[in-house]
Amino acid sequence: MGARYFGAAVKRLEDPKLITGRGQYLDDIPMPGVLHVAVVRSPHAHALINAIDASMARGHAGVVAVLTADDLGEMARKPMPMMAPAPMVKTPLTQSPLAHGSVHYVGEAVALVVAESRAVAEDAAAMVMVDYDPLPAMVDLAHALNEGAAVANQALQSNLAGTLKGGFGDVAGVFAKAAHVFKESLSLHRGGCHAMECRGVMARPDPSGNRIDIWSSTQSPYMVRRALALCLGMDEASVRVTAPDVGGGFGPKAVVYAEDYAIPLAARHLGRALKWVEDRGEHFVATTQQRDQLWELEVAADAQGRMLGVRGHCLHDNGAYLPYGVVLPVTSMSSFPGPYALEALEISIDVIYTNMVPNTPVRGAGRPNTCFVLERLADRVARELGISREDVRRRSFVQVSQFPYETGMKARDGSPVSYDTGDYVQCLERAVDKFESDFKARQDKARAEGRYIGMGIASYVEDTGLAPYEGATIRVQPNGKVLLLTGAAAQGQGHKTVFAQIAADQLGITPQDITVEAGDTSLFPLGIGTIASRVAVTGGSSVHMAAVETRAKAIKVASQVLEAQEADLVLEGGFVKVSGTDRQVSLGQLALMLHGNFGQPLPAGIAPGLSATAFYEARQTTFANGTNLCEVEVDIETGAVKILRYVVAHDCGTLINPMLVDGQIRGGVVHGIGNALFERMIYDENGQPQTTNYGEYLLPLATEMPRIEIVHMESPSPRNPIGVKGAGEGGTIPAAACVISAIEDALSPFHVRLSSHPLSPQDLVKLIDQG
Amino acid sequence: MSELDHAQTTRHISVTVNGTVYESDVLTRTHLGDFLRQELGLTGTHLGCEHGVCGACTIILDGQPIRSCLMLAVQANGATIRTIEGLAQADGTLHPVQEAFWDKHGLQCGFCTPGMVTTLAAVLEADPTLDETTIREAISGNICRCTGYETIVDAALQAASRMRGDH
Repeated sequence: MGARYFGAAVKRLEDPKLITGRGQYLDDIPMPGVLHVAVVRSPHAHALINAIDASMARGHAGVVAVLTADDLGEMARKPMPMMAPAPMVKTPLTQSPLAHGSVHYVGEAVALVVAESRAVAEDAAAMVMVDYDPLPAMVDLAHALNEGAAVANQALQSNLAGTLKGGFGDVAGVFAKAAHVFKESLSLHRGGCHAMECRGVMARPDPSGNRIDIWSSTQSPYMVRRALALCLGMDEASVRVTAPDVGGGFGPKAVVYAEDYAIPLAARHLGRALKWVEDRGEHFVATTQQRDQLWELEVAADAQGRMLGVRGHCLHDNGAYLPYGVVLPVTSMSSFPGPYALEALEISIDVIYTNMVPNTPVRGAGRPNTCFVLERLADRVARELGISREDVRRRSFVQVSQFPYETGMKARDGSPVSYDTGDYVQCLERAVDKFESDFKARQDKARAEGRYIGMGIASYVEDTGLAPYEGATIRVQPNGKVLLLTGAAAQGQGHKTVFAQIAADQLGITPQDITVEAGDTSLFPLGIGTIASRVAVTGGSSVHMAAVETRAKAIKVASQVLEAQEADLVLEGGFVKVSGTDRQVSLGQLALMLHGNFGQPLPAGIAPGLSATAFYEARQTTFANGTNLCEVEVDIETGAVKILRYVVAHDCGTLINPMLVDGQIRGGVVHGIGNALFERMIYDENGQPQTTNYGEYLLPLATEMPRIEIVHMESPSPRNPIGVKGAGEGGTIPAAACVISAIEDALSPFHVRLSSHPLSPQDLVKLIDQG
Repeated sequence: MSELDHAQTTRHISVTVNGTVYESDVLTRTHLGDFLRQELGLTGTHLGCEHGVCGACTIILDGQPIRSCLMLAVQANGATIRTIEGLAQADGTLHPVQEAFWDKHGLQCGFCTPGMVTTLAAVLEADPTLDETTIREAISGNICRCTGYETIVDAALQAASRMRGDH
């Protein structure tokens, strides 16, 4: 059996309905009798709630109810459980489904207005009178730990949620012996997810009160089910959560939100189906983001420019709460030492509470942050020593002979972090070869003409295939078509296509013969979620394992039916065939037989159903890597940056569908370019958000984005049965670092040093003037 | 009358959508996007920002690509509208732009896709000679967070070529 679909650029099974307007996103689901919800949100960054007067709103025509924390019982007032508990946090703060007594960021949900239409609900939301007593807001990350700083929550003594520490080696010794030590102060900001579909929740209670159906535009339907079954005291089988077509996720939709609790609670309270759809204004203030980190770092290097050690400290803004524990700063920590074979590392990260929207991972999570600071340090070493930026990386990378390479860091279970496979230098060379330019000559020529072009470089390693597991069921139906059920729903990645590709090869059918159902908790028992570039590894491996088992069963049963040796059987075109003969039995016939008939025993030793379920447990991490190069031109009069070329050399192990991997890379790179040049969520000194529409908060547009040239390397991972590594975030991780590196190179005649992103044209003009 | 009394004002409109004439009494404050989605059940038109920047809600009105979130339903009285649901032929044959989006992986999550496809269908029907630069300008009012735009541009170039009858 050869691979016909695995590895091929198969056109997506998802697309026919999406290109004809027949997709069904949350707000498209028909729901007779549904009532519409608008959320009353805090206008203050930090305040006490003295009283809520909803009488006027309740009296408004078309309003069915106005519900506060007091109306919905204890579960609406109780802080939501932290999705990833963090024992190191002394005062763990999460918000309640509806605010109770106080609010801690602008946008925090305070009350629900339920009405016959969304428009009426919004009219009445403006009539809910909340008496607030404002308190000082903490929005100054740099000074959050100073004596006398405003505290972000009255439950806190200090804004410090906790400190993460990591590292290895003899740090003092390495820095003492190093030929060079350089110090950098760096800061960065990442912004929001800005999925084109905002969030949304719909809930329909059963009239008996014993069941509830929930639809959520989420990356984690099983986490929503777990949370709601625990909250409502219901069996998991009685809480059905469906992620319908989801219009992008990018991390923040993995979180179980206040609305995921409040809407089902309110639906049960009223005995009515309810729907809340986040609008774009709400998305800016009520969907988690990833904002600032401030870093103080030192790098030690030898006389040849090999990086030996890094040490430093970070202040990490986590916003008003820790809905996802400290997962975000943990991913910054665990991304060290990147591709570099450091002898010593010492990092501490202070996780800080502020009065801004809570922070959770946005595409790449804390990894682009760590990539940015490491790449800035590598560029600094190159500049100071007068060697090329490529050479610093060639000399400092983990070398191919060192794999599997133990970095010195510890994984979450305490085991050593070990890079599985790759050739980081070779991957860099492929990027350099592709870029291939006489760049230096062109740069000199351009400068002579008064134009400033620069080349940027950034390299990264990404941990992918995050634990613990995903699973899949494959079931051949009597009509010969195959059902593939999994918990790993997609938000645009194309899971249906790649899962069908994997299964089709094993079963001797086409991807079109397979119906993939994902993200409906009533169809598959357990799941984790689509985050952290994990589903190709965990879901893909599960599909493979289930398909292999189903194939083995088909062969076993067919050998009895066809009276042939198992070794002589092949699966082809929907049949099990005796090789070299015309004897065959269809998969459908085998399935019909194994589904059974009244009174007829199944063949001895064969369990019912031509099907198998498998769970791939990710006990070891797979590590993707890559190097990006880009060329930019900076207009020194206006500060405008034009990206002229962008080259990605990328290694995510075995490719299942190169077209889809390229799509992930391109979208990821453009997200990173947005982080470098455009996206900034601004708050004023009172914690009032200043950028709450797409006129004020800029996203990358078609006119500004370059073509992304991609070179693949494939270093299969030995840590899963299909050799794959994740690809969802590898585009984003190095992109901002690469663009900033290029701008600095372009502006080197002005001695401009770049230490932060995003950088606006105004920022650049100022730096040029100061240079 | 107060602002909220105005919220109850209705007007009668007649619009032709995807070849069907619809007569309807609409609230004057209802925007065209909500009207198409809620009154006509044409949920293929998506609302991404409702302030006219993201372009997800783009439809073709009297031949022009317009943002259905920035126009009131009453303003569309008498207009002829095509939405994403009306681009393929009755027998299911896809519009060249739809076909090209599928061929070139021009979509991931699919949420911006109806606006992208309607925008490109309108501009390429008017002028199938657009090149990469002019195509990028044509979709500069449509935000996609997934693709990085390159495969959308490739899809548009393929569609343009087919619409010119190159092959």
